[in-house]
Amino acid sequence: MTEQREHVEAAPPHMGSVLKMMSRATYFREAALRNLFLLCAVAAVAGVALIFVFVGVRGWPVVQDPGLAAFLFGSEWSATNDAFGILPLVTGTLVVTIGALLLGAPLAIGTAVFLSEIASPRMRSIVRPAVEMLAGVPSVVFGFFGLVILRPVVAALTGGMGFGPLTASVILAVMIVPTISTLTEDALRSVAPGIRHASYAMGATTWQTIYKVLLPAAKIGIIDATILGMGRAIGETMAVVMVAGNAPQFFAGLGEPIVTLTSQIVIDMSYASGTHRTALFGLAIILFLISMGLVALVRTLSRHAERQG
Amino acid sequence: MTADIAPAASAADAPKFTVRDLEFYYGDFHALTGINIDVRDNAVTAFIGPSGCGKSTFLRCLNRMNDLIPGTRVEGTITLDGADIYGPGVDPVDLRRRVGMIFQQPNPFPMSIYDNVAFGPRLHGVKKKDELDEIVEQALVRANLWKEVKDILGRGGLTLSGGQQQRLCIARVLAVQPDVLLMDEPCSAIDPTSVQKVEDLMAELKSSVTIIIVTHNMQQAARVSGETAFFLQEKQGEAAELIEFGRTAEIFTSPRDRRTEDYITGRFG
Repeated sequence: MTEQREHVEAAPPHMGSVLKMMSRATYFREAALRNLFLLCAVAAVAGVALIFVFVGVRGWPVVQDPGLAAFLFGSEWSATNDAFGILPLVTGTLVVTIGALLLGAPLAIGTAVFLSEIASPRMRSIVRPAVEMLAGVPSVVFGFFGLVILRPVVAALTGGMGFGPLTASVILAVMIVPTISTLTEDALRSVAPGIRHASYAMGATTWQTIYKVLLPAAKIGIIDATILGMGRAIGETMAVVMVAGNAPQFFAGLGEPIVTLTSQIVIDMSYASGTHRTALFGLAIILFLISMGLVALVRTLSRHAERQG
Repeated sequence: MTADIAPAASAADAPKFTVRDLEFYYGDFHALTGINIDVRDNAVTAFIGPSGCGKSTFLRCLNRMNDLIPGTRVEGTITLDGADIYGPGVDPVDLRRRVGMIFQQPNPFPMSIYDNVAFGPRLHGVKKKDELDEIVEQALVRANLWKEVKDILGRGGLTLSGGQQQRLCIARVLAVQPDVLLMDEPCSAIDPTSVQKVEDLMAELKSSVTIIIVTHNMQQAARVSGETAFFLQEKQGEAAELIEFGRTAEIFTSPRDRRTEDYITGRFG
């Protein structure tokens, strides 16, 4: 492309009488802008690459000490015993995330259906900003809410202190609602309007139109939305640290303390050294791989959807 | 579903739709005024008129699709086989089962050809596989699409060509055995060969289904319809009216109204 422009630039002067030539100033401004935007993109990619390399280099030694198998499949995480097995942390993250999705996804999808199909414009103008505001609440505030309001309720339900997967899941469920519902609403809105009309014209009720036509038509978008919500749940640290109890043990009940991958990094970061520190970077690698996997999954699904046309 | 409908022969003279003093409003905008028309049973009736003359709006009054637009209001009466479709307690959902609609833009659901056609019957409770198979085949045969798709029923409806998609939509509607087929410019977004097929189809269907077609194409109206209604909005912002209604041959050869003649001879619109 650049070559072509230079060619125009170098065209013989008599061409100017027919077609106005691009002025030198315009040319340089365009080129400068192109490069500026290129720089922005490169900076973003470089940032990711740098973090990846840094975390990778610092975390890689876990392969020797404590050893890959002991790291991935060890069932004890204890700095005092020099044991760094991540299985309890992985299951903790898994339990909390699944809990958050089970509670949050239906709530979010229901909200999206309400906003896109049922609510009057007036209602929508109230509910949607409220949902979006949820996304803007700092996670420490969610954590605080969980600690002060939710924890006693859970304690009464399950016995114990109320620190554990249930409290964490409920808080996370609320936190992922805006992510999932906003994207699901977009997916529902981008269903061709003709399809909606066709369904009603076939004598389908609103409910039949929603669950037989619109939700299937928006399926891929909704799955994408859920995966992104899942990513948010896996990555959320602060609110979870405040309510999960943070004991590196296997899931033993909804009210029994557990710890997640991200939480463990935050908790140990300030004092870890040696193998312990390396193991924390190892956790970061695992988190990195999980989020890359999720992004890849979303991309594959979207491409699949495009092919289906 | 249609068992309670008298056979065509005995009801030949009773109009399918009777519309009296219809007024229609989109919020504050008065869109249609003083519409009186009797639509014949088992015949093709064409609605013609320039863009924005309210013919599609009127069509959507007949299956209450306008109900879905907030702020619309209907006055006057429309009866289908003598029953007021806007009467108290009438379920618009049930009405739309009897009065099917084909849209300008073919709009198959993003599901297989089979599931598209089986959609209506399934809604209305048909579950058995062999029963559905038969309904789907019959509907596709009636829509002149069976030969082209019988081996690819599992393929997505959206993979078909535009004209095939439109016939798929017709099959989808026919699968619920409607009495009436409303067609809102069904041919303006498809290729000429497909137009021919859809017109042939209308000629075949009219013995069993009442067809009302909105069209911009006057040749098409002349080809396919027995009766033609001409709608016109005389001034921008005013309500549209039914100017003239009669046998298609008369409307096109000796219109009584000057405005009909102007439109047909291409002086405006």
